[in-house]
Amino acid sequence: MLTAIWVMIGLALALGLLLGYSSVKFKVEGDPLVDRIDAILPQTQCGQCGFPGCKPYATAIASGEADINQCPPGGDAGVRALADLLGVEYKPLNTEHGEPKPKSVAVIDENVCIGCTLCIQACPVDAILGAAKHMHTVIASECTGCELCIAPCPVDCITMEPVKESPDNWKWRYPVIRIQPVAEHTTTNSIH
Amino acid sequence: MFSLNRIVDLIKQPVHRTEVHLRGGVHPDEHKHESTQQPIMSLPIPHQIVLPLRQHVGHLPKLLVKVGERVKKGQLLAEAEGSISAAIHATTSGTVIAVQDSLIPHPSGLPDQCIVIAADGLDEWVDLHPMDWRQQSPASLIEHLRLSGIVGMGGAAFPTQVKLRTTPKSPVHTLIVNGAECEPYITCDDMLMRERATQIIQGLAIARHIMGVENCIIGIEDNKPEALQAMTEAAAKADFAVQVKVVATMYPSGDARQLIRLLTGIEVPNDKRSTDVGLQCFNVATLLALHRYFDFGEPAVSRIVTMTGRVNEPRNYEVLFGTPMTDLIAASGGALSGVDDYIMGGPMMGFSLPSIHVPVTKASNCIIASAPDLFPPAAEAMPCIRCARCADACPVQLQPQELYWFAKSENIEKAREYHLFDCIECGCCSYVCPSNIPLVQYYRFAKSEAIAQDRAKEAANVARERNEFRLMRIDREKQERAQRHAQKALGSKDSSEQAPAAATNTEDAASKQAAIQAAIERAKAQKAQMKPKNVEDAPTQVKAEIAEIDARREQAKQAVTQSQAQPAAQQASLFDQAPASSDANSADKD
Ligand code: SF4
Ligand code: SF4
Ligand code: SF4
Ligand code: SF4
Repeated sequence: MLTAIWVMIGLALALGLLLGYSSVKFKVEGDPLVDRIDAILPQTQCGQCGFPGCKPYATAIASGEADINQCPPGGDAGVRALADLLGVEYKPLNTEHGEPKPKSVAVIDENVCIGCTLCIQACPVDAILGAAKHMHTVIASECTGCELCIAPCPVDCITMEPVKESPDNWKWRYPVIRIQPVAEHTTTNSIH
Repeated sequence: MFSLNRIVDLIKQPVHRTEVHLRGGVHPDEHKHESTQQPIMSLPIPHQIVLPLRQHVGHLPKLLVKVGERVKKGQLLAEAEGSISAAIHATTSGTVIAVQDSLIPHPSGLPDQCIVIAADGLDEWVDLHPMDWRQQSPASLIEHLRLSGIVGMGGAAFPTQVKLRTTPKSPVHTLIVNGAECEPYITCDDMLMRERATQIIQGLAIARHIMGVENCIIGIEDNKPEALQAMTEAAAKADFAVQVKVVATMYPSGDARQLIRLLTGIEVPNDKRSTDVGLQCFNVATLLALHRYFDFGEPAVSRIVTMTGRVNEPRNYEVLFGTPMTDLIAASGGALSGVDDYIMGGPMMGFSLPSIHVPVTKASNCIIASAPDLFPPAAEAMPCIRCARCADACPVQLQPQELYWFAKSENIEKAREYHLFDCIECGCCSYVCPSNIPLVQYYRFAKSEAIAQDRAKEAANVARERNEFRLMRIDREKQERAQRHAQKALGSKDSSEQAPAAATNTEDAASKQAAIQAAIERAKAQKAQMKPKNVEDAPTQVKAEIAEIDARREQAKQAVTQSQAQPAAQQASLFDQAPASSDANSADKD
């Protein structure tokens, strides 16, 4: 009986030490929840959520200060993923923060640009290139489409252009079951 | 050369059937005899050649020609860019009359960049340089192949030089030659093997040399006895050992992984490449292209295309890339009445052409003129009854009914878990489904959704990094500025003490003037050298984009200075007006 108690005490001590040691040794750096939320957010950095970027919004969600449905670029899929991660109820996108739009990139009219650098200062991902009093240009592959550069431009030379569909980024459509095969035929006939 | 040992070997290893059988698979009507009645015919040179830059898997090649340039047959028009890419060559001599977006044979039906050549009818080759490949190292041959434009001719169009590369980590011990051609209607490989078996074996010799491989196995389905005989004879004459094996006719035995298993019994794990287990597989037409490139110096300019279905004279044609599909249809006597669609590829894996006004490309192995009596419109799909026939038919042993469920509900993550990307889109499951569910269409949809998601994720990661870098830079600049201010404050104290002393030195006003002048000069030089700060860590692709932008800007600047030289230039006035309009705008916004 006594030995059994000793064994149990010994075991408890050993396990306690092990746990204590591993909690120190394998301490997780940073706040993993914020990073996991941030990984879901689209990184457009547009601020439509009411925070100055995706990371601040992620931090706010993690601390319970913001709702999960405030990011229009993330769309419905984004809200679902967040709800999944946090184990909360899905709710539709809050349209107060804006509606999802097709992905666009900014284009600067190089003939009108006066080189004031205001757009460079606004761009959250350094996608605009140019020096003072020189014309500016957007690096299309880096532009997230956040539209933050549009308002500051004093000569209104920046426009958003939707990304065109090409054979490279084209996607197979969701299958539509043919209900009216006859109509289908008339359309295919028109190609000859 | 042809030693006794070899003969003994050959006798010991006669053509034999494989014992391994395909798992699953289906056997639709073959419809191969229609197009094998006559020999391969060369199509005449068309008036106009339209060469899409996108004819292969991977990066688009870089354009090398300008509109108006005269080109010869075999001339390099666009060179491979990046590790997975293929070159494009002129397929006949003529003049480049346009580089424009045209319709290409792609399921999207979207136009893409094409080089248009008006043929001069002379079909004049560039100087060809055959190569003594036996004397060259594999590495230099692979480097050469980047200029060949050769891609997998089985329809996948994967750049061949990439497949020939071996790494010391995964040496290849066996080459598989794919002559199975399992899909109904398609007969281009069959005819090629019947008519050009020796050339295929010569191509195999090159592939063998490059990869340093001893074993070669040719796999042919048992519905092609003529091709089998021709290949066996050619293989017997080769100066290296080649086995010819017959596999039972069953779709899709021609899929590389399936054929490898049928011929060698080796199962390539689905998360590995075949080279990881020492095997590589080439289509017969690809090998023939290798032979023509190294032994004659000819890059990829043509291929064999099966034109079949509801046309007057189904047949195989040797067609220059870029030839209009309409020429091909016309050559086969035109479409019969009732034809309402054209399918590129086979009936199982092919897709409807968006129009017949598209060119033949490197991937065009077969064109089927389809009519409702050939392929009746699909009956209405019914709910899945979970009969699991699709699972029995799936050669990759997936669970198609589960995949369908996840794809249908757009649960892409779950579909991935169920090995969506192992699906070879063979269509066996759709073929057997009693509920007529277009299963493969769902998988294609789910796959392209998944790919789009991955790309978005990648872009988001880049954006996050750039955003963090920017915040860091702003922080650093702020600190630097603060430091400078602090220093300046100290410095001005010093100079204020020195100032009276300088003032007592009254004589040298001229030297002061010079100092000011020098400062102005310095400022000017600084301005000229001014560089944007946000490109320090840009990847090469972005740097290239920046270079392009700079060039464009230089042009624009020149245009402006030119127009400034003329009075009342429009662009210059735009610049002059800018400050005024800026006021107006900000007023508007407020
Ligand atoms: S709304 Fe904009 S800034 Fe906010 S999380 Fe979404 S993409 Fe990021
Ligand atoms: S260029 Fe404009 S739209 Fe694009 S990321 Fe920068 S600020 Fe946003
Ligand atoms: S064959 Fe069709 S009906 Fe049967 S389980 Fe598969 S998807 Fe369902
Ligand atoms: S299409 Fe995909 S799921 Fe269907 S049988 Fe072929 S490999 Fe299996």
